[in-house]
Amino acid sequence: MQILACVKRVPMVGGRIAVTDDGQDVDTRMSGFTVSPHEECAVEEAVQIAERLGGSVCVLTLGPPEAADQLRDMLALGAGRAVLLETDGAEWGPIATAEAITEVARRGAGGPDGGYDLLLFGNEAADTGDYQVAVRVAHALGLPCVTGIKKLEILTGDGEQGGDGDGGDGGDGGGGGGGGARARARREYRGTEEVFDLPLPAVVSVKEGINLPRYPSLPGRLRAKRAEIERRRPDWRGEGLRKERLRVPEGEQKTAQILGTGADAVPALVQLLDELGLLP
Amino acid sequence: VTVLCLVERDGDDVADVSLRALTLARGLAESSGEELAAAMFWPPATVPAGVLAALGAFGVADAYAIESERLTGYAPQAWARALAQLITISRATAVAAAGTDRGSEVMAHLGAITGLPVAANCAAASRTSPATCQLVRHRWAGSLLEDAVLEASPALLTVAVDAVAAVPVPAAAAARVLPHHPELGEADLLVCGTESAERSAGVSLATARVVVGGGRGVGGPEGFGPLEELAGLLGAAVGVSRVVTSQGWRPHKQQVGQTGTRISPELYLACGISGAIQHMAGCLSARHIVAVNTDPDAPIISHADYAVIGDVSQVIPALVAALRARSGSA
Repeated sequence: MQILACVKRVPMVGGRIAVTDDGQDVDTRMSGFTVSPHEECAVEEAVQIAERLGGSVCVLTLGPPEAADQLRDMLALGAGRAVLLETDGAEWGPIATAEAITEVARRGAGGPDGGYDLLLFGNEAADTGDYQVAVRVAHALGLPCVTGIKKLEILTGDGEQGGDGDGGDGGDGGGGGGGGARARARREYRGTEEVFDLPLPAVVSVKEGINLPRYPSLPGRLRAKRAEIERRRPDWRGEGLRKERLRVPEGEQKTAQILGTGADAVPALVQLLDELGLLP
Repeated sequence: VTVLCLVERDGDDVADVSLRALTLARGLAESSGEELAAAMFWPPATVPAGVLAALGAFGVADAYAIESERLTGYAPQAWARALAQLITISRATAVAAAGTDRGSEVMAHLGAITGLPVAANCAAASRTSPATCQLVRHRWAGSLLEDAVLEASPALLTVAVDAVAAVPVPAAAAARVLPHHPELGEADLLVCGTESAERSAGVSLATARVVVGGGRGVGGPEGFGPLEELAGLLGAAVGVSRVVTSQGWRPHKQQVGQTGTRISPELYLACGISGAIQHMAGCLSARHIVAVNTDPDAPIISHADYAVIGDVSQVIPALVAALRARSGSA
């Protein structure tokens, strides 16, 4: 099972978010960067699948040279290979990003016809929330795609995942995947679950909650520190959606009325609940 | 020429998120003197009169009811293919959908099929020239706004789910049903969802009237006992912050926030939660927020209506005891 997992480097924002003076970026002078949450889960899911079925995980990002830090974090989780599509720091739109990722995906995982069996993405990046890079890559590669997934099973045909193994002829040996392998993907829909069954290779975007990303081991971190990161420089291009400026929404600051301190505040709290009509 | 809006179903009604999306789409249509049309996956013969009245009340003139015998459930690419055909039929200059899982997914497919950009999570949209829209869109789930220009025809956009209120038009006639039978290829039908019958039990976090929230300040998995007890007394759901789920203290389905569930209760009682923007993005629709926190300078205090300065492990058991005493004496 050869898996490509795509991640995005985003600012680590805490209790407040501020914008640079030119209104073009989030002010990151007081914060660090991290991998967008859904995407960290995509990498964890990829690593778990490779651990279970054999194969390897390549982690990919498009971002400034410093995004190598985030790739090393993902190598420490267990990815085997890392590719950085290096930019000059300008923001890339989803169309151009998908094109650059598609080109890497087409080159495959190595070997004569070693394409990826599974391409995993985060459902939407924490910062821009465009919700479309995975779908655009799927269309460019002619692969089936489903998004927003909270549970993913890989059915290799020889029933390796303890699924019902309805995939036909089975995988292509030790690596799993190959002919007949399928993915069964689930997501929430209006208080129920929606189930999708799709043939591999496929593109799947996942949401946080699909797994709990592991804390990287010390050997994993040491290996990640030494690992080579493959770098390429795709050409930026503009697209039809153009950012003018970013701004923080107004009028959200409130002054809370202090009901009291510690357990002494309880009578005031009970009275408030009563006034709001929330007591049974 | 029209602005076309994807309308999702909620049983035999129009989903509330779609009424909000229609409100934004109508504003866009009015800014360029166009008509508002709806597209819904609903066999034409079975569309209730009440739905056509509701769509009319939100300014829809034509409602395209899409039906195909090959389309038995939700199929994202097939839905997008049908919308792509309706762009031509309705001469749409814009297509909008609510920024739900389905709406966002279908619009992404439509963007890929047409090669056009998709502006996600818009809070406002108006036309400045035939092929240009001025937009405000959400970033960081609404913690940040982006002023943006979309130069594309048709303009494709999703509407941030909690950004626009549903506003009907004063006097309106019922919408007219126009059947549409899309031409679908094999690839369009390769991915098709089936709904499982099982429903989750208990008070739903998304729709609960009261939510008792717990964060790092709860101290650990065992600290949630009193919060559970309080939730039981109030008929409330328990919600948690991201740190609580990433520590594995509670399951992710209880997470409130950008990467969890969005809540809109009458009251959100946030216990030991600092108020990171990732969390606040999930609870800004709460009518009242009460924060219990040891730190009077915690960010949550500036989002709260009321605050108790104190330790959750003292305040919540005392509140539980007071409520029990009250119901015992009543």
